[in-house]
Amino acid sequence: MEFSSVIFYIAAACTIGGAFGVVITRNIVYAAFALLVSLFGVAGLFLVAFAEFLALVQVLIYGGAIVIVILFALMLTRIEDFEHLTDNGQWPLAVVAGLGIFGVLLIAVLGTSVRTGPRESVGVRDMAEALFRDWAVPFEVASLVLLVALIGAVVMVRAYGGKD
Amino acid sequence: MNLQQVFMYSVGASLILGFLSLTVLFLTWLERKFLARLQMRMGPMRVGPYGTLQPLADAVKLIFKEDILPSWADRKVYWLAPLAVFVPTFLVWVTIPFARDLVLANLELGLFYVTAVSVLSILGLVMAGWGSANKWAILGGLRAAGQLVSYEIPLIMAILGVAMLTQSLNIIEVVDGQTRVANFIIQPLGFFIFFTAGLAELGRTPFDIHHAESEVVGGPFVEYSGAHWAVFYLAEYINTFTIAILTALLFLGGWRWPDMPLDGLSHSALSVAWLLLKAYLVVILIFWIRGTYPRLRIDQLMAFSWKVLVPLSFANIVLTGVVLYYDWHWSLLTVASLILMAGFFLSLTFYSGTAAERMTVSVHPARPEAISRRKMDL
Repeated sequence: MEFSSVIFYIAAACTIGGAFGVVITRNIVYAAFALLVSLFGVAGLFLVAFAEFLALVQVLIYGGAIVIVILFALMLTRIEDFEHLTDNGQWPLAVVAGLGIFGVLLIAVLGTSVRTGPRESVGVRDMAEALFRDWAVPFEVASLVLLVALIGAVVMVRAYGGKD
Repeated sequence: MNLQQVFMYSVGASLILGFLSLTVLFLTWLERKFLARLQMRMGPMRVGPYGTLQPLADAVKLIFKEDILPSWADRKVYWLAPLAVFVPTFLVWVTIPFARDLVLANLELGLFYVTAVSVLSILGLVMAGWGSANKWAILGGLRAAGQLVSYEIPLIMAILGVAMLTQSLNIIEVVDGQTRVANFIIQPLGFFIFFTAGLAELGRTPFDIHHAESEVVGGPFVEYSGAHWAVFYLAEYINTFTIAILTALLFLGGWRWPDMPLDGLSHSALSVAWLLLKAYLVVILIFWIRGTYPRLRIDQLMAFSWKVLVPLSFANIVLTGVVLYYDWHWSLLTVASLILMAGFFLSLTFYSGTAAERMTVSVHPARPEAISRRKMDL
C-alpha cells in the first residue's frame, strides 16, 4: 500500500470516528474533544489532497480558535449540569434526517465521476493571486458577512442601558 | 516517501528532542543563576561546580516523585493534558532551521506552520484546567485560553509583516532576505510586537497571570506532580527557547546578518554558533524582564493586547505595505515605525486610558429584566 493511502485511511478514520464520538458520548466536554479529532482528520485529508495551506488553516481556525472557544464556554459548566443533555426525545427524528442527508449525498457521489488530474500542490502564490485578484469581490463580500456577524454579536451582548 | 526517509526523519526528530532536552536542562540552570545575580544571591551552588549538576538532580527528583491523581479529576483528560501541551511544542521544531542545510523539513509554508501548530498547546492548558476539577485550575485554564488567544493575533500579524518584507513564508528565505539589513532595523515596531506578544504566549513574568502563584496557585498545573508536572515544565522552557530562536531568525538576521562570508561545512558550524548566540541573548533578555517587571493585572493584560498591540500590528502591516508598494527605501519604514511607536507610547502616558487606569470591572447581567423581577420577589 502506498504511503499516501495509509495517511488517507488514518485521516478518514479520525474524521469519521471523531464525528461518531461527538454524537455518541454522553459527556459534552468529550464531545468537544471528539470534534477536534474529527476536524484534524479533515486537515489530514487536505494534506493527502496536496492542499497544505488549507490543512494549516483548518488546524489554526478550527483547532486553534473554534474548539478553544467551545471549550472556554464549557469550562464554565460542570459535568453534572449536563447529565440529561443527551437524553433527548428527538433522536428518532435526528436519525431520519441524518439518514436522509446521507442518502442524498450517496446518490450525488455515486452519480458524479471525479475528474482526476496530476497530483500536485497549488502554490500559495497562485492561491493568493486567485483569491485577491481574480475573485477579490466575492472574497470581500464574504468578509463583509463576517463583519456583520461580528457587529451583531457585539450588539447582542452589550449591556442594556447604563454606561458601559 | 519510502521507509528510508521515514527512518531519516525519525532519527532527525530524536536528535532534535535530545538537543531540546539538554537545552531545557541548561536553561533552568541559567535562569536560576541569572535571576540570582540580579538579586545579589549566589543561586544553586551545592550540586557540582557552580551548581551545574543541579538540573540533573531536579530531573531525577521529579521522575521519582509520586504522581497524584485527584479523586475528582477526569482521568483521561487529566493524563492526556501534558501530552497535548508537549506535542505541539515539539512539532514546531520540525521546520526551524539551525543553518541553511541543517533543518528537518524545510516547509514552504514554514512561518504559517509554526503559528498554526503552536496555537494547539492552548488546548492542553484548557484540558489540564478542566480535567483537574479544581477551581484554581479552571480559573487558570480560562485565563490561559483568553490570554493566549488574544496575544496570538498580534504575534501572527508581526510574523506577517516579516513575510511581507521577504515575500516568502519559508524561514530560510526570510533569513536569506536579511543579508544586508536585519529585520529589526527595518521594522522596529514589528520586532517590539513580536517579542512582547511572544512573551505573553510563553506566560512568562509580566504576563504569567494564568499560572500566577499568588492568584491562582499554579493555575492549570496545581494538581500535577512528578513526571507529568515535569512535562509541562519542559514544554514551557522549550517554548521560551522557541520564541528566542524565532526572534533571532525572523528579526535578528539568523546566521546571515552581519554578512556571512563562509560556505560549506564551516558555514554550517559557524551558523549554528552564531544563531545560538543570538538566541541565548534573547533568552537572557527574557530572564532579565522576568527579574525586573511586576505582573500585570488581567484587565490590563487584555487591554494591552486589544488596545495597544493589535492596532499597532495593523499599523505595522499598512506601513510595510505602503513602503513596499511604492518601492521606497527601507529606512523610511524604520523612521515611520519609530515615530509611530514613540507617538503611541507618549499618548499612552499622557492620556492613560484603561491600560493604566485603575478601573473596577463591572459585570452586567445578561437579562436585566429577570434580575429586576427577582429583586421585586425579594
